[in-house]
Amino acid sequence: MQQAINGIFLGSIYALFAVGYTLVFGVLDILNLAHQAVFMLCAFAALTLVGQWGMHIALALPLAAALGGILGLVLERIAFRPLRGRSDSNISGLISSLAAATIFEAIALQLFGPDVSRFPFGSFPDRPLHLGHATVSALQLTIVAISVALMAILTALLRATPLGRRIRAVAENPRAARILGVDVDRIIAWSFFISSALGGAAGVLFGLAFNSVSPDVGRSIELKGLAVIILGGMGSVTGAVIAGFAIGILEVFTVARIGSSYRDAVSFAVLFLILLVRPRGLLGQAATREA
Amino acid sequence: MPRRSVVPVGVFLPLLVLAACKGGSSGGGGASGGASGNAAKIGSALSITGPAASYGAQQRAGIETGIEVVNASNSLGGVKLEVLVEDDGSTKEQGINVFQKFINQDKVSVILGPTLSNTASAADPLAQQAKTPVLGISNTAPTGITDIGDYIFRDSLTEAQVIPGAVKKAKAKLGFKTAGVLYGNDDVFTKAGYDVMKKALDDEGVKILETQTFAKPDRDFSAQITSLKGKTPDILLVSALADNAAAIVAQARQLGYSGPILGGNGFNSPAFIKNAGPAAEGVLVGTSWNSASTEPANAAFKEAMQKKGASPDQFSAQAYTGVLIVAEAIRKAGNKTGRDDIKNGFSQVKDLDTPLGKFSFTEKRDARHEPSVQEVKGGKFQVMQ
Repeated sequence: MQQAINGIFLGSIYALFAVGYTLVFGVLDILNLAHQAVFMLCAFAALTLVGQWGMHIALALPLAAALGGILGLVLERIAFRPLRGRSDSNISGLISSLAAATIFEAIALQLFGPDVSRFPFGSFPDRPLHLGHATVSALQLTIVAISVALMAILTALLRATPLGRRIRAVAENPRAARILGVDVDRIIAWSFFISSALGGAAGVLFGLAFNSVSPDVGRSIELKGLAVIILGGMGSVTGAVIAGFAIGILEVFTVARIGSSYRDAVSFAVLFLILLVRPRGLLGQAATREA
Repeated sequence: MPRRSVVPVGVFLPLLVLAACKGGSSGGGGASGGASGNAAKIGSALSITGPAASYGAQQRAGIETGIEVVNASNSLGGVKLEVLVEDDGSTKEQGINVFQKFINQDKVSVILGPTLSNTASAADPLAQQAKTPVLGISNTAPTGITDIGDYIFRDSLTEAQVIPGAVKKAKAKLGFKTAGVLYGNDDVFTKAGYDVMKKALDDEGVKILETQTFAKPDRDFSAQITSLKGKTPDILLVSALADNAAAIVAQARQLGYSGPILGGNGFNSPAFIKNAGPAAEGVLVGTSWNSASTEPANAAFKEAMQKKGASPDQFSAQAYTGVLIVAEAIRKAGNKTGRDDIKNGFSQVKDLDTPLGKFSFTEKRDARHEPSVQEVKGGKFQVMQ
């Protein structure tokens, strides 16, 4: 029971990180390896707002997420747009995002130092609630709720708004979208904004949940995020949500039943199996691709 | 249009972000112009800058206090101690440079330091080759320090010495019979700490109900802790670096584990208390310095430090003890200050009264004295009574 709660909690953060990751992949066919750096910088931004300016976390979270969105725009402008249209833009985009991630990490190292920082005590009321034998904190419930809400909003946005339709159109076929009058560059910029804002929100929640933020905090989640989007089906937002929870729960139960040394081995063995048996991932069929 | 999905997973290059290593040195003491032959030059290679700078500052205060106390006591038959402090920058490279300067240029009688075991493993061989005695005052790596040769000594206990003592004392106080163990399995120091913990528990007849592991980049330990808690051990032993340690303890308390927690040397850091906050209360850590000891040697040390406006801690206590040991070695050598005189004097140091307790060297030139157990109380390390 407690382990199921641990799994859902971890899964909600994986999922929130991965939906942003997969959104950009769906639109551009490019893995944005700087996503984890945005995740990390936003965690630090919220930490600064709360720790040094005494801001309430309810205000700092949206501000940090907005900052993440702006970082996403900057990334798109500097690291991706100049390369677009080249024949090898997939690889060069990947490399330039890796460069951006390194630069972001170096900036964080300069600004915040290599030590692990944490949110000040009591920045979130942390009451434990007891469900049978299990313990959940109000913070954990809030984090799961915020993650699920953000993912629901994203899904609704993609399905039902004009912006969402345009994003899907560009994901499906940029040239056709352009012919139909969609401003492709703007839509791509929007995708980056949304993606990075979600990644930033995930960073803040991660920082709150585990109370340790350091310049290399994004690296541990980067590979997990990659596993989640492959498992979910590259580019599928719903798939990323399902896969995020699945991997979170799988990890927790591997630790509980098999042993903590095998945690990553089991996660990635499942990933490997999926790639062999169902290369498109759980929901990765071209026909049902959503974004 | 067919979509090309390129996912080169192998592109994740390890990102090497080297913290800038600052140069610069700070010479201390300086030739006091006293009658030649009557001064013993002590070279101190300390981490004044770099990641270990917080330790280096404390060590410097401890050494300078020790020098003042020894010189004021006039107990060395007219020999005065003179200290030269140089910055090893927390790096191997600069440590080697400092050692070369001490050995060839300053011609010191003995070297104290360097601060980090890592630096010592690179710099100590130079001193061994030049037959210059070295007294490590904070190197805790179990192997690879005093193994370098017969001129290398240390007054700092290794993990392998501190943890068994801590387990024994904690067991006498708390009377636990079963334990759960959590350790980082991707780091040599935390893995070595685990090996020592396991042996200590076996020796004490404590049953290990479950062992869990984690990796340094992990931030979420709830699965491991939930599983350990489910076995209801009497005590939880954790071998982790300070960053992970704080998160582990905080999450254990959050998940409702209320029993005692005993940490390895990684816990021995103010950063641990800072980051774990209220969750750190009651956590036990082995230590080589008993701050509450009322022995005269310890009282004198604390008083002398406070007079200088410095706050005594384990690192300054070990540094101060280093000076006392050098003085004792000179005394044992008939107040001679040559390199071999001091080396031979070291091996005769026995049951010396120091802030660390009665101090002797083992046959392998490592430290021998009683370790003690600290408990976090009111946001501070206090000695468990």
